[in-house]
Amino acid sequence: MSEATGRAKAGFKDLKKIFGGGQSDVRQFGILFSLIAIIALFQFLTDGLTLSSGNLVNLVSQYSYILILAIGMVMVIICGHIDLSVGSIAAFTGIVVAISMNSWHLPWPLAILLGIGVGVVIGAWQGFWVAYIGVPAFIVTLAGMLIFRGGNQVIGNANTVPVPQGFTTIGAGYLPEIGPNTGYNNLTLLLGLIVALAVVLKEWRARRVQEGMGSTPAPMWVSVLKVVLLDAVVIYATMLFAGGRTGTSFPVSGIILGVLVLLYSFITRNTIFGRHIYAVGGNRLAAELSGVKSKRVNFMVMMNMSILASLAGMIFVARSVASGPQDGIGWELDAIAAVFIGGAAVSGGIGTVTGSIIGGLVMAVLNNGLQLEGVGADKVQIIKGMVLLIAVGVDVWNKSQGRPSITGFLMRDRKTLVREPGETTGEVPLSDTPDATRPLVPAP
Amino acid sequence: MSMSTNHTILEMRSITKEFPGVKALSDVSISVLAGQIHAICGENGAGKSTLMNVLSGVHPSGTYTGDIIFQGESVHFKDIRSSEAAGIVIIHQELALIPELSITENIFLGNEPTKHGAIDWVTAKKSALELLARVGLEDDPDTQIKHIGVGKQQLVEIAKALSKSVKLLILDEPTAALNEADSAHLLDLIRGLKRKGISSIMISHKLNEIEQVADSITIIRDGRTIETLNVREDGVNEDRIIRGMVGRSLESRFPDRTPHIGEVFFEVRDWNVQHPQATERMVVKNSTITVRRGEIVGLAGLMGAGRTELAMSIFGRSYGNFISGQIFKDGAEIHLRNVSEAIDQGLAYVSEDRKALGLNLIDDIKRSIVSAKLTKISVGQVVSATKEYQLSEAYRKSLRIKTPSVDYGVRKLSGGNQQKVVLAKWMFSDPDLLILDEPTRGIDVGAKYEIYGIIQALAAQGKGVIMISSELPELLGLTDRIYTIFEGAITDCIQTNKADPETLMKSMTSAKKKVQSK
Repeated sequence: MSEATGRAKAGFKDLKKIFGGGQSDVRQFGILFSLIAIIALFQFLTDGLTLSSGNLVNLVSQYSYILILAIGMVMVIICGHIDLSVGSIAAFTGIVVAISMNSWHLPWPLAILLGIGVGVVIGAWQGFWVAYIGVPAFIVTLAGMLIFRGGNQVIGNANTVPVPQGFTTIGAGYLPEIGPNTGYNNLTLLLGLIVALAVVLKEWRARRVQEGMGSTPAPMWVSVLKVVLLDAVVIYATMLFAGGRTGTSFPVSGIILGVLVLLYSFITRNTIFGRHIYAVGGNRLAAELSGVKSKRVNFMVMMNMSILASLAGMIFVARSVASGPQDGIGWELDAIAAVFIGGAAVSGGIGTVTGSIIGGLVMAVLNNGLQLEGVGADKVQIIKGMVLLIAVGVDVWNKSQGRPSITGFLMRDRKTLVREPGETTGEVPLSDTPDATRPLVPAP
Repeated sequence: MSMSTNHTILEMRSITKEFPGVKALSDVSISVLAGQIHAICGENGAGKSTLMNVLSGVHPSGTYTGDIIFQGESVHFKDIRSSEAAGIVIIHQELALIPELSITENIFLGNEPTKHGAIDWVTAKKSALELLARVGLEDDPDTQIKHIGVGKQQLVEIAKALSKSVKLLILDEPTAALNEADSAHLLDLIRGLKRKGISSIMISHKLNEIEQVADSITIIRDGRTIETLNVREDGVNEDRIIRGMVGRSLESRFPDRTPHIGEVFFEVRDWNVQHPQATERMVVKNSTITVRRGEIVGLAGLMGAGRTELAMSIFGRSYGNFISGQIFKDGAEIHLRNVSEAIDQGLAYVSEDRKALGLNLIDDIKRSIVSAKLTKISVGQVVSATKEYQLSEAYRKSLRIKTPSVDYGVRKLSGGNQQKVVLAKWMFSDPDLLILDEPTRGIDVGAKYEIYGIIQALAAQGKGVIMISSELPELLGLTDRIYTIFEGAITDCIQTNKADPETLMKSMTSAKKKVQSK
């Protein structure tokens, strides 16, 4: 390798770090590019309608509950399970909460607590069967899908039950207008500012941590470029959200989603419980022999999924101002698709919250863009199905060819180029080949 | 039989195989004479398996350079089926049998005899019986694979190869998972096949076996052919092979050590454990063992004698149903009801099955090393990435794990280095007692030596070590005291300096007189 190409490679590698790729998140990096490409495509096709204030607000409030489900679902899938019941649980919680306010006149904050409580109870029920009886989650949640769908219709008499106004804030509410009239929504501006500063702070801390570890952080220009790019996106989005139609601004459901993404990213990446999820999904027996209480981990993960499903159900009910018998149908499939597009492995042990959110956004933007273009729901389904298949298919194929992904191949880093014989896989044991076909995003 | 009557059945000339970024084989040549057993020796990662994958078509023609001449003709296999059609059959270390299917079904899997388009089970069963007779297996061919032991499974694999009218049989670590009796039977069988004109290529780390059965040995190091030895003419012995493999002479197979043995600090008393499914079966019976500080205690027994069962049941009841018994540590009784309690009480267990029970293969090195005691690097529930990196990096250096970075996946490491990661993981948990179950299985000579050194260093720190091993020389070379176990019961306890293989084997294969008279 000549020195010039060497430098070019190093430059590429540094460039990759801009997207938080580090060494391992090649898949996430690829899917992020796909997201940007899809946004750009629809921005072009819809003559700028995609990135307009109104559409962006709509996009967030329309898909936040699917993305919330994806957060729980990725943890379930990392653990090696699946949850088919989330749509039904959302609908069941929705009807219970709606009736509690409508018939029993429960104040809406208490109704929200009740809804969370419903999630806890259902989660404990399903978690019990999965973790302690050992029934595969596929079966338990298939049963749950039927049970709670039926439950919704029994409780609500298959009717639609309206919800009071205070409650609708969590689904249809926006950051309120306060302070001087700037022509923008002041709280949204403030929120944008906080996020923009947080981006700077996070990058600065990441560099400090890397230095503390004794490893060399990426060159300063990489960090600066990364912060500038990210903050440009943040500021652009802030202006769009803050400058929309009067009465709209950043949706409350988007804030709930944002908080949950931060919280669960932290849990999965940085806590002991998070490590245990990956350990159980990667190799349950080895995890148990390392002192991980795998039953408890499985129980908690299933329970957590149900709680998030309840929350998603309430946000949806709040947004549509009523709970109905058809709520949440097909949500599980959207959430599962988001997780797999986001790089999780069917066999467990692999996946990230961020990846799943990006995967969910790909589906959301696609859906939204096709709707704006006036494509019928029938064709949208076909396109979404093809995207799921191709996204995972390309990944699996690349993996079997020994390339992490197309973008990964273009920008593969030094470690795949210079392997010292003998210490890395000079020999390719046959037993390892099946695993090579799984979509691989190494854990964060 | 004189050498001149033999013709060459296989010749691989100047094979070079590159993977992205690494040259796995560089100008490797071997030639195998008809009716011979040809061994290939080399450390893990030397390129043995790659060479066999080239030969068997796993790496198809065109992905490597060089020529393969089989039975006088140049061959270009595009997959395993085409090499099998030519009569080359490879039996991998991890057996490729389907546990739920019967012996017959497995033998003819993918090669089923048919009559009018339907499987002809009468013919299949008849030929299965003939094939089983040839390999000396008397089981009913309708038995499901999962109901026969790993030794017999290996024989089924060979029967399967014979059904394909094999001319050259490749065996990758055929005896790695077998006990001594099964190994001996298998080696006899290979010699029998040789007399019937079937040549074999055998890859094995068990040099004593190679010395016994091989006619010639090709040594590969770092992807290159080092030399080919003729066993009868060159006066080959184990030391000679090792010298070729590691490129230097190992003065001793065990590092020097002066034991500093303290008082008894760990005791398992009258331990009884039931089989988890077959509850009428006791897998550990009235076993008592003690360990002193700084002592390496061996646990010798044949496979299935209850060694692993004893070890795992002590380690937080991770195997079987606990029936009765007590554990004392530092004079006080402790109760280890689950693995995390065992870890908290300073126990560590390194499993014999590294890939299935020891490591999460999709994880990276640093996360694997800290995985058994995350609390050590956590504040509350939050894991410190900085400490994780620094501490795992320290273990990488001190155990000399060969990797550019602890961010690498453990899957990419060789067996020896994976085992070092497992050892690091348990050293990280600060144990007082380490139970090592076959810690050197499937590991090459150089790495073994290093792992012996690590074990000795742990003992020198005052920790107790229980070492389970199928290799008696290893136990005799490394331990201070050896327990023998037979059918779940401890049959003897011998000071290592007074022990020899014969007496050990006697205690490993028969119950103690005292116990019998009870």
